[in-house]
Order: sequence, then structure tokens, then C-alpha cells
Amino acid sequence: MTGFRTLLWKELLRFWKVSFQTVAAPVVTALLYLLIFSHVLDEHVQVYESVRYTAFLIPGLTMMAVLQNAFANASSSLIQSKVTGSLVFVLLPPISYLEFFLAYVTAAAIRGLLVGTGVLLVTAGFAPPGFAAPLWIVVFALLGGAIMGALGVVAGIWADKFDQLAGFQNFLILPLTMLSGVFYSIHSLPPFWQRVSHFNPVFYMIDGFRHGFFGVSDVSPLLSLAVVGGAFLVVSALSLALLKRGYKLRN
Amino acid sequence: MGVAVSVQQVEKRFGALTALAGVSLEIAEGEFFGLLGPNGAGKTTLISCLAGLARPDAGRLAVLGRDVAADYRAARRLLGVVPQELVFDPFFTVRETLAIQSGYFGIRDNDTWIDEILANLDLADKADTNMRQLSGGMKRRVLVAQALVHRPPVIVLDEPTAGVDVELRQGLWQFIRRLNGEGHTIILTTHYLEEAEALCGRIAMLQQGRVVALDSTENLLREFSCHALSLRLAGGAALPASLANLAAGQEGGAWQLRLPDFTAVERVLAALREAGIAIDDMRLSPPDLEEAFVRVMQRGRGA
Ligand SMILES: Nc1ncnc2c1ncn2[C@@H]1O[C@H](COP(=O)(O)OP(=O)(O)O)[C@@H](O)[C@H]1O
Ligand SMILES: [Mg+2]
Repeated sequence: MTGFRTLLWKELLRFWKVSFQTVAAPVVTALLYLLIFSHVLDEHVQVYESVRYTAFLIPGLTMMAVLQNAFANASSSLIQSKVTGSLVFVLLPPISYLEFFLAYVTAAAIRGLLVGTGVLLVTAGFAPPGFAAPLWIVVFALLGGAIMGALGVVAGIWADKFDQLAGFQNFLILPLTMLSGVFYSIHSLPPFWQRVSHFNPVFYMIDGFRHGFFGVSDVSPLLSLAVVGGAFLVVSALSLALLKRGYKLRN
Repeated sequence: MGVAVSVQQVEKRFGALTALAGVSLEIAEGEFFGLLGPNGAGKTTLISCLAGLARPDAGRLAVLGRDVAADYRAARRLLGVVPQELVFDPFFTVRETLAIQSGYFGIRDNDTWIDEILANLDLADKADTNMRQLSGGMKRRVLVAQALVHRPPVIVLDEPTAGVDVELRQGLWQFIRRLNGEGHTIILTTHYLEEAEALCGRIAMLQQGRVVALDSTENLLREFSCHALSLRLAGGAALPASLANLAAGQEGGAWQLRLPDFTAVERVLAALREAGIAIDDMRLSPPDLEEAFVRVMQRGRGA
């Protein structure tokens, strides 16, 4: 497993060496969202009884940061080394496709969790988070980071250029996260959009994650776990299949 | 001696383009082998197939008996490849780069060998420099170092001296020769034919994805090149008729003769003496690979 460990270590070093951009910057972005939305909406919106809007917002913003950064880590590392050609250094050694997958996904999840932890820390002063069911928090953060890491691997393999990756990010990842109930409960949506939201796996990641903080959620956390777990299996299977075939990596 | 590299009937197409059209080769352990051919002949594609970077459409490749597809882990451990493209990871220093590359091959504490490689490639004082700050020649040497971290018994160098200055080239060859002396098999592609001639014991020439010549360097030189004799005759005299069949033209007032072997010089001198012609200047050049290469390629195009 030294191959896996080294690749993981390399992936961690890669973002840690530029942690100002890869960790600090997204924490600040989440903080800005919180400042603006809570300022505008705190007085007017009450999603759950006994939960202030600002407090409601924090888990959603945290999860959004976990997801976006996990995706960004795996996808940008892959596209960068594909475009510069340095991917050859990982393709020449006897690293199996499973080790490859695990290293990229683990590094992505760790970056996501680091940013998520940062967001929780800097927002704690605004509305002290409750930790009603901490195990759900950990489980959904891990699964969310892993899914987006695996999806980042798929996107990084598929994209040939940076703008294709940006397209993937802007037309898939961003709408999925924005339309997932980060800023609202889907119960406040018209029935049609509620139904649509139920097809969005990111909705379940955020809803389950939020359940860990408040003990209440839009759907049962067990349902969320089933959907998110299923999504992880599907995305991982796709990612592993591409890696095994060497799709766009070994022509 | 076992077989270091075996290539059997390998074909590789990129869309409509056939990059390799059935290449077969066998390279023995301990050889210093040259893979020559014009740009686009398929040298890099063949190396990519051997290294598992590309998947052949047909045929089989093995490194020391390990199939590069079925037994890819073992095959890759036995192979060290210096890629043609000058690539590097800008996030790391030279030492970090080499430690990471060692880890990929499952080697954890590799500092002694890394230091030895760095010293031999004249990179010791750059060990803690970031890759971004190195000149092209130095980046190229780090690429060589990366290929050697796991002490591979088979080493492939794809145009390793492109952009490397003469002094460093000498140092590189000294090191590679030493490795070859210690039993490593070396496979080299280069555009510097004098380099290939000096280093390689056996050579394959590729043209449009086919092997068009495969022999010892000595035999290739004998078959496709010859001794060239340049003669400046006193008073601008013409060549005696008996030597006409050896003449290949005149250059700057000197006759250019092509000799099947150096003993033919005797015949030339005898003919001149008999005709009473004095020699102002005479130069004999040995066969060279450049001429052999050009003639093999011409023959290939004609066929
Ligand atoms: N990834 C690729 N996609 C399409 N064509 C390629 C690719 N790699 C190589 N080729 C083509 O295959 C032929 C052989 O290339 P290459 O092996 O790089 O030659 P050499 O190394 O001998 O110069 C060339 O015509 C080249 O354009
Ligand atoms: Mg080439």
C-alpha cells in the first residue's frame, strides 16, 4: 500500500502548499454568504421552530463548502496533471486503479472536511451550533466529501481542458448544490419543485447533515443515508470503471 | 542472457493513422539498444505501449518475461522510463519529487540512492530547489533521476539529450554507461546519430511504424555505410579510369571515393602510382551511422 500512501500524501501536500487558496479562501466565502443571508433574512425566515435562520443556514453552508472543495480538489489535480503531462509520473509506477481512486478520493474528502471544519469554526460565534446527533454529522460529511471526490475524479478524467471542467462545475455541481435546500427548507417550495428536489442527491446530503445539528429535518435521516450511500456506490462504480479502462488516461 | 524486452507483432492505430504496423523486437538483458527513426516513426508510441501508457491494438509486450498488460505491476517495477516530453510537477522540490516517485514504487527510505543519483547527474546542489526554478537541462536530468529511483533493470530513455548541453550530456552518458556496465539494459532513442553510434551495440530503425533495419551497429555500418576517401590530386589531375567505379563525385576540387572497406585504399594508391599521379591531400573517414540511417530510410521509401 506504499503506492497509495504516497499518492495520498502527494495529493494532500499539493493543496496544503497553497492552503491560502484551497482552504482559507473557501472558508471566507462561506462566511460572506452567512453574513449577507443572515443579515437579510434572519428576521423574516423561520424554517424550523426553535431554530433561528442563521443557525439553520450554517450546516447547509458548511456542507456546500465540503462538497465544492472535495470536487475541486480531485478534478483540478487531475486536469492539471493531465494538461501539463505530469500525470505520467503516476501512470508509470505499479499503482493499481483502486489505489489511484482511493488516494484521490481520500485527499478530496480530507480537503472538504478541513474547509468544512473551518466554516463551522468561524461561524460558531454567530449562532452556536447544537450537535443533536453528531454521528450523522460525521457520516454525511464523510459520504458527501467522498461522493464529490469520486465525481471530481470522473470530471477530471473526462475533461480535456480547464473550461470543460468549469462547465461541469457551473452546469452540474453548482445548480445541484444551490437547489438542494442550503438556503431554505424545501417545504417552503411549491409542490412541483419539492418533487424535483427529491431527485437531487445533494438535497439528502444537506438534509441528513443538518439533522445531525438540530435533530429535525425535511426527510428521515435514514432515507437520506440510503440515498447518499446509493449515490456513493454509483459514482464510485463509474469512477472505478473509467480508471480500470484507462479512459483518456492510457490511450 | 535472458530476454529483457520482447515486442511481438505490436500494432497501434490513432484513428485512421497507423503509428505501429506490426513491430517485433527482442532485446537481450544487458544490451545497450538504439531505437532510431525520423519524427513520427512510432518510437515514442512503442515506448508508451511498453510502459502501459498506451494500449496496443494487437500484439504483446513483455519486460523480463512479465506481460505489460496481464502482469502490469511486475512489468512496471522492472522498467524505468524517461519520457520525451519535458514534464514536471511544479509543486515540489527535486528531493521531494524523487522521494514521492520512490514511494509510488513502494520504496520508503531511498535517500542513499537518491543522493547517489543526484551526485551522478550533477544535481546535488539543486536538491532543495523547486522544480519550477530549474533550467530545461536540469529538468531533463530530474526526469532521468525519476526514472531511476527504483533501480529498474530495464531503462528506456526517449530523447534524453534534447536540450541538454554538451558537458552535461557527457556526464549523463558516463552514468548510463556505468549502469549498463552493472547489468542494466538500456534502450535509447535519439536524434544524435553519433551518440547512438558510440553507445549502442544494436540498433533498430523504425520508419512509419515498421522495423526497417535491425542489426548490430557494426553490421549496419558495414552494410549501409562505407569508408569515404577524399583525394586532392596534384595539378587537378583526373582519376585514373580504373578507379571510376569508386568515385562518387567531386567536392571543392577533391575527389570523393567510396570504399567497400579500408583495404581498398591499397588499390587506390597503386592505381595512382601506376598512372604517375601525385597526391596533394588525402583524408579517410570511417563509415558513419548517419549515412547508414539515410540509406536505410531511402531504401524504406523505395520499397
Ligand atoms: N495520442 C496520439 N493521438 C494521435 N496521434 C498520435 C498520438 N501519439 C502519436 N501519434 C501519431 O503517431 C505517430 C507516431 O508518433 P510517435 O510515436 O510520437 O513518433 P516518434 O516518437 O518516432 O517521433 C505520429 O504520426 C504521431 O502524430
Ligand atoms: Mg518521439
